[in-house]
Amino acid sequence: MKKLVTAVSLAAASALVLSACGSGEGDGAASGEDFLGCMVSDSGGWDDQSFNQSGRAGLQAAVDKYGIQEKLAESQGDADFGPNVDNMVQQGCNLTFGVGFLLEDAIQEAAEANPDLQFALIDSTFSDADGKPVTLENAKPLVFNTAEAAYLAGYVAAASSESGKVGTFGGIQIPSVTVFMDGFADGVKKYNEDSGKKVELLGWNKEKQDGSFSGDFENQGQGQALTKQLISQGADVIMPVAGPVGLGAAAAAKESGKTKIVWVDTDGYESTEYGDIILTSVVKQISNAVEDTVGEAVEDKFSSEPYVGTLENEGVGLAPFHDFEDDVPDDVKKKVDELKQQIIDGTLTVESENSPK
Amino acid sequence: MTTDISPAAPSPAPPPTAEARPGQEQSTLQQILSGSWLVSLLAIVLALLLGGVLIAVSNAAVIAAAANIGSAPGVFFSTLFSTVGEAYSALFRGAVFDWNARTTERAIRPLTESLVSGTPLILAGLGIALAFRSGLFNIGGQGQVILGATVAGFLGYALELPAGVHMLLAALGGLIGGAIWAGIAGVLKAKTGANEVIVTIMLNSIAGYLLGYLLKQNWFTHTSSANPQSRVIDESAEMFLLLPPPFRLHFGFIIAVLATIFVWWLLERSTIGFEFKAVGANPHAAKTAGISVSKVTILVMLIAGALAGLGGAAQVLGTEGKLTGGISGSIGFDAITVALLGRSKPLGTFFAGLLFGAFKAGGYLMQSQTGTPIDIVLVVQSVIVLLIAAPPLVRSIFRLPTPVLKRKES
Repeated sequence: MKKLVTAVSLAAASALVLSACGSGEGDGAASGEDFLGCMVSDSGGWDDQSFNQSGRAGLQAAVDKYGIQEKLAESQGDADFGPNVDNMVQQGCNLTFGVGFLLEDAIQEAAEANPDLQFALIDSTFSDADGKPVTLENAKPLVFNTAEAAYLAGYVAAASSESGKVGTFGGIQIPSVTVFMDGFADGVKKYNEDSGKKVELLGWNKEKQDGSFSGDFENQGQGQALTKQLISQGADVIMPVAGPVGLGAAAAAKESGKTKIVWVDTDGYESTEYGDIILTSVVKQISNAVEDTVGEAVEDKFSSEPYVGTLENEGVGLAPFHDFEDDVPDDVKKKVDELKQQIIDGTLTVESENSPK
Repeated sequence: MTTDISPAAPSPAPPPTAEARPGQEQSTLQQILSGSWLVSLLAIVLALLLGGVLIAVSNAAVIAAAANIGSAPGVFFSTLFSTVGEAYSALFRGAVFDWNARTTERAIRPLTESLVSGTPLILAGLGIALAFRSGLFNIGGQGQVILGATVAGFLGYALELPAGVHMLLAALGGLIGGAIWAGIAGVLKAKTGANEVIVTIMLNSIAGYLLGYLLKQNWFTHTSSANPQSRVIDESAEMFLLLPPPFRLHFGFIIAVLATIFVWWLLERSTIGFEFKAVGANPHAAKTAGISVSKVTILVMLIAGALAGLGGAAQVLGTEGKLTGGISGSIGFDAITVALLGRSKPLGTFFAGLLFGAFKAGGYLMQSQTGTPIDIVLVVQSVIVLLIAAPPLVRSIFRLPTPVLKRKES
């Protein structure tokens, strides 16, 4: 019994210390200890090596930083979203995150019914029945203009291709996926303009908005099969935009021996075991956005204004080349830095109809 | 209807090998279906016990206490029991009655939530059960639910009709959608002998991709949203609520109750139901007795699909309100479990559906309040099926006597 008491008092003490940190950093408007931050996943689950995992990491970081309490609920299917969000509301979550566009309705409904609580939605904005965008007083969309970073990745990929062909495929044809592919396509195009070469992009046609999709965000076998197809058509740099399905792509690329992968969402060099074939990654800083949003809410500065991750605010970015640092020519690196600066300055705009509006 | 089974002149006996195979399958299925209620109950108890073990080992506090079991066994056991107890108490509060809720409405809402989650499971489960009773392994509940939801949802926002009529028509569309989908497997089985297990599994995949394709077509979704989801169904097509909000219990539950009574009547009181069961018991004997096995096969699949299609319709018109790629969740597969747990009897399936609905509803609260992984619920469900599929295992664990094979099923 004594040990339990010790453990409990230790936990209590550390909570006190943590909350002290939290209120110390804030303006003291709200103590982190009383703040309940909650998150509901989509059916990918917390270990999807993609946005659910990133969102979860962000909330964990907020727990560490602000000493808040957390509640998590993993959804197994579309029918779970409503009840899971409702449960969070019932438990008095001050701020509830929904991960993914599928949670839009559940979050929107809960936000409208509970004006005193705050909500946030990762990867989607809110819209009405006709698909027209709406803004809510107490719900903040966290979206990412990944086209900007994917543009840079497309440029590097095209420059690194020896076969003159690069490829991409998505999980499901939704804006948060195709926005990567649009940027990638434009990056390849830009490289062709600059170098006079004709690097071809397989798997996505930006004008027609048509390309290869594996059909879900779960089936790695499908990703492997699609990647083998792209490789057999000659592609030697491939960007899978399909969460864990990308692991199947990486497996196929590794097997082929000379194919490189552009990872998405997280830095694949660190998050996957395929670091040695990952040229670079198009990083989406979901966890930072989540952490910052919690911070704002804890300090009573929550606003429902959409957060749009860009190169400028470092919400999106290109990961280091890691093992390929020496393989990517210096002039390409220089050019990528220039392009990045131009995008940040606004002299270059990466156009995509799938960019968050 | 000729149901004369008086010993006719010995018909040319089929080759013994051809007879042995289906006979063997039949006995396995029948063995599962003829197990006693006690075995079902014990399976649930065992599964909950095993679930408790998993809850304990996935909990950090219990693991920490286990490390010191030598010096402080009391701490270990108190942590163990409080952890497992809290998890199961949250499961119960989320499924039946929440005594911690802030309002009375909220306290009794969990029970209605279990009914909401159970509704599609009961409907699809009845479809599976009916096919089981007729000797057909209908694994296609998932595809039939998807088709039912797809047709019902589309009619729900594409048509403009007065309230009530619109809902009934959309539900009818769902029923027909599911019936056609299962009917394909039925016709193929009856006319060509194609194995219904394989055909229905393939039809599941086709249905999923069909819905995925449709959700990308603007003419289908009726919305400008680029995300793969449909327009919200019209209010006139919604299955009306049986209780005011925040309750979500809707007319679909009444349909599930009516469907249960219908299937009971069909199997126990109708001539055609007798033919279904006769074919299920022994297709050769049924054929000899003048029952058209192929007609029964097609009819069973049509009705089974119609029931599953209604389940999909209830999900989209009553609970979700719009079509998404994952509208069917795992209803079609859970329904197989529900039918097995219910011994393929209408009332048994009804209660098994409610139990699984309760697991689903309770799982939400258990996960969010106690941080217990939601997968535990899945494990408990799976273990129940495993044990039910192996009655001798349960009997040997509890040292129950082997029952004398029952001749007559009620």
